[in-house]
Amino acid sequence: MPAGGEAAAAASLAEAEDAALRLRGDTATSQGRLVARRFLAHKAAMASVAVFAAIAVLAFTSIGFAGIPGWWDKSYTLAATVVDGGRPTLSLVPGWLGGEGLRWGEHPFGQDSTGKDYFALVMRGTQQSITIALVVGTVATVIGSVVGAVAGYFRGWVDSVLMRITDLVIVIPLLVLAAVLGKIAGGSGNVLVLALVLGLVTWTGLARLVRGEVLSLREREFVSAAEAMGARASRIIFRHLLPNTVGVIAVNATFAVAGAILLETSLSYLGFGVRAPDSSLGLLISQYQSAFTTRPWLFWWPGMTILAVALSVNFIGDGLRDAFDPRQSRAARRKGRTRP
Amino acid sequence: MSSAEGPDTRTALRFEGVDVFFDAEFSEVHAVKGFSLEVKRGEVVALVGESGSGKSAIATAAMGLLPANARVAGRIQVGGTDVLGLDEARLRRMRASNIAMVFQEPMTALNPVLTVGDQLTEALELHGIAHGKAADRRAAELLGMVGIPDPHQRLRQYPHQFSGGQRQRIVIAMAISCGPRVIIADEPTTALDVTVQAEILDLLRELKDKLDTGILLITHNMGVVADLADRVAVMFQGRVVEAGTVRDVLTRPEHAYTRTLLAAVPHLGRSGPQAAALPAGGGVAGRDAAGGDAAAGETVRQPVLRARGLAVEYTARGRAFRAVEDISFEVAAGEILGLVGESGSGKSTIAKVVLGLLPVASGELMVHGQNLAALKGRSARAARARIGAVFQDPAASLNPRFPIGECIVEPMVVHGKGNRRSRAERAYDLLDAVRLPRSVVNRYPHELSGGQRQRVSIARALALDPELLVADEPTSALDVSVQAAVLEMFAELQSRYEFACLFVSHDLAVVDMLAHSVLVMRNGRTVEQGPAARVLHEPRQDYTRRLLAAAPVPEPGEQRRRREARRALLAEQPAP
Repeated sequence: MPAGGEAAAAASLAEAEDAALRLRGDTATSQGRLVARRFLAHKAAMASVAVFAAIAVLAFTSIGFAGIPGWWDKSYTLAATVVDGGRPTLSLVPGWLGGEGLRWGEHPFGQDSTGKDYFALVMRGTQQSITIALVVGTVATVIGSVVGAVAGYFRGWVDSVLMRITDLVIVIPLLVLAAVLGKIAGGSGNVLVLALVLGLVTWTGLARLVRGEVLSLREREFVSAAEAMGARASRIIFRHLLPNTVGVIAVNATFAVAGAILLETSLSYLGFGVRAPDSSLGLLISQYQSAFTTRPWLFWWPGMTILAVALSVNFIGDGLRDAFDPRQSRAARRKGRTRP
Repeated sequence: MSSAEGPDTRTALRFEGVDVFFDAEFSEVHAVKGFSLEVKRGEVVALVGESGSGKSAIATAAMGLLPANARVAGRIQVGGTDVLGLDEARLRRMRASNIAMVFQEPMTALNPVLTVGDQLTEALELHGIAHGKAADRRAAELLGMVGIPDPHQRLRQYPHQFSGGQRQRIVIAMAISCGPRVIIADEPTTALDVTVQAEILDLLRELKDKLDTGILLITHNMGVVADLADRVAVMFQGRVVEAGTVRDVLTRPEHAYTRTLLAAVPHLGRSGPQAAALPAGGGVAGRDAAGGDAAAGETVRQPVLRARGLAVEYTARGRAFRAVEDISFEVAAGEILGLVGESGSGKSTIAKVVLGLLPVASGELMVHGQNLAALKGRSARAARARIGAVFQDPAASLNPRFPIGECIVEPMVVHGKGNRRSRAERAYDLLDAVRLPRSVVNRYPHELSGGQRQRVSIARALALDPELLVADEPTSALDVSVQAAVLEMFAELQSRYEFACLFVSHDLAVVDMLAHSVLVMRNGRTVEQGPAARVLHEPRQDYTRRLLAAAPVPEPGEQRRRREARRALLAEQPAP
C-alpha cells in the first residue's frame, strides 16, 4: 500500500493511488538502488567485501605490480641465506601477554628452502590468483550470458545448436579440458592467456541459467510490446532481456570468480598452471606439501589465503543473491510466526 | 447488521475487532483495521473491495494460513472456537471439518499428479469420516452433488482431464467433503468465463441451502454479489466502510466510496457516464456521424484495418492447430471494434496477428492498404510504427529496468524518430494526456500502481501517433474504479486522436460502453458481428444471447429477473 494513501482520504482507489503518487518526493528508486540498499545491509557480505579488498590491496601494493614498485623491499625471485630455519618472524601476541610483542620482522611469513622471502611469494601468488579469477569471471560471464540469451530468445535451431555446444563443453571433465588447453597456452608463461583459456571452458553453467531466465522473460508482455513496435532482435536481447537477468548474472559471476580461484589452484597444484619461477598459491602448496610436518607455515600461509579469498568472494555472491531476490534470503526465513 | 438475538448457535464464523499487520521490507503495513463480521449457517455474506482493501488477508487469517511475516490481533471464532492461538495440530483438525476454502484458480488448487478421487478421499480419511471403499463411495457422491456426470468413472481421472468449470466444481466438492460450517470462497469465479461463472454461482446457491453452510464470499465483482449474497460488507483500505443487506447497500449506498464503486461498475445495457465522451454518443448513429466527419477530411474513406477470410495456426510438435478460421472485419478511422468471446475463442490470437507476433496462415490482413503478411524486413518494421499496442498485464507490460520516460518514448527510439529533446517533450505531452504527473518520467514501473502502469502503456502506444491501436484486455486486470478511470481516459483519447481501435475483451459491459461495432467469437469462428447496439441489445444468435444472459448486473432485483430469464433461455436451448 502506498504511503500516504490513507491521508489522501479519497473516495476511490484510483484517486487514492494518484494522490499517493503526487505526495511522494522526487526521488525515484530504481531496482538497482533497492538492490544496493539490501546488499549494504547484508553484514556477512559487507565484511567479506572488506576482507577481499584488504587482501587485494595488500597483495598489489606490497610487492608492486606490472613494473610499479611496492613498499615491500624483498623480491619473490631472489634467493638469500636461510635465517632461523626459515621460521616466520611475524608476531601478533603483545609482550604483556607473554609473547614477543607486535612485530613484523625481517621475513614475516618466513623463508622457503632457497631463502626466498615467503611473504613476497605469497603476495605474488595472491596477485596471480586474483588476476586469473577476475579475467576468468569476466570472460565466462560475457560468453555465458550472450550464448544463453541468444539461445533463449531465438529458440528453435539456434537454441539447439548453442545448447549442444554447451553440452559438449560440459561433458568433458573441466579439469582435463583446462589442463590440456592450459598446457598448450601455458607455454607462453603468461597468466592472462591461461585465464582466457579457463574463461573459455567455464561459461556453460551461466549460459544454461541465463537461457532459462530468458525463456521465461520472453513470454512477458514488455517483450511482446517491443516486438510489436518493431524493435530488432539485438535491441530486445541487449536492452530488454539481459538487463533483467542481471541478478542471475551478477550472482553467478561471483561464484565463477570463486570457482576460478580454486580451478587455478588445482591446475597449478597439478603442474598445468602457473610454473616456477613465477608463483601462485596452488603452486606454493604443491611445492611444499611434503614440508607440512616440518615447516607447516609453508603450507598454511598460501592455504589460508586461498581459503580467505574464496570464502569472501562466495559470501559476496550470497549477499548479492539475497539482495536481488529477497524472498530467498535467510533473514526472511528465520523470522518466526509471532502472535500477540 | 447484527440480529437482535445476540450470539447464537447458528453463528458459523465471527470476527471481532480483527487487525492484521504485515512486516514489509522497510516498513510495517496495517492491512486490516478493526474488522468485525458474523456469518451464520445457510447465509452468504459478501466481502467486497479492491486491491489492498485487506479482504484476502481476512480470509487467510480465518483459515490460519497467514504467512510468517503477518501478525493478527482481535478474535476470530469458527463455530465458537477461537482460531487465534490454536496450535498447528488443532488448526489442521479445524480446517475442512469446520471451515473450508475455495480458491480462485482451480488449476493450481488441485494437484496435477493425483487423481481427483485420491484428492477427495484424502480429506475424508484424514478427518476419519470414511475409509477405503466407503470413502470412494462418498467421493463419488460428492462429485455427483457438484454436478459432474459419471462420478464413479471420473474419480480415476486427473485434473487436466476436466474443464476449468468442472475443476472449480471439484474444488467445491473438496470444500464440502467434511461438512464444514462455513466455506470461504476467495474470488471463486474470477478465473472463469461468464457462462461458467453463472453455473458455479447456481451450484453454490444450491449447496448452501442443501447443506446449511455459511459462505463468506470474497469478490471484487458487484454482479456476483448481487447474484449470490444475502449481506455485504464493503472494505476500503483495511476498513469496512459500509455493511448491510445486499438490497440496501447496492441500491441505496450510503458511503461515498460504495457509491463511486457502484458507479464505476460497467453496467450492461445502460450507457454509463463515459458514453458522453464517445464521438456523438457512441452506437451506430454515432459511428456514422464520426465516419462522416472523417470522410469530409479525407479524399477516399478507406478502412484502417481490414481482415478477409483470416486464419491463424499454432504449431505444436509438428501438428498445426487452427486457432482462428475465416474471420472478416473492417475498422475505420475513429472506430472501435470490440472483439468479444470466452477463453479459447481466438480473440487474443487475432490481436497478436495484427501486432505481428503471430503469422497469418491464410487470408488477407490489410493495414492502410498494405498486406501485413506479405511485408518483410524494413517495410514490415516501418508498418509497425503505425500500430500501437496495449496489453493486459500491467505488471509485465513495462520493462522493470526502464524509467517511465524511456518506456514511453521507446517506439520513437526504435524507429529513430526525434532527438533527445523532442522525445523528452513528447513524453511530457503524453503524460499530460494520460493525466499522470510529469515527475513520473524518472520513476520505475514498480513504483506505480496497476492502473497507473496501464496508463503509461497507453501513452507508449500513442507515442508515434498510430493510426491503429490494438488493446488486448487492457483493463481486465484492474480494479473496478481504476478500470472506470482508465476506460474513461481511453474513450477521451480515442475521440481526440481518432485512431482506429481493435478492442479485445471478455467483458461485454466494457465493450458495450466503448465499442461502435462488435464481433462475437467462439472456437475461432465468428458467431455474430455488427453494430454494438444491435449485437448487444438485440442479439440474433443463441450463443450471444446466452453470453449476455450470463453476465451478472450489480442490482439484486434486476439480477434475479435476469437469472430467471437465463434459466428459461437454457431450458429452451440447452447449452451444448
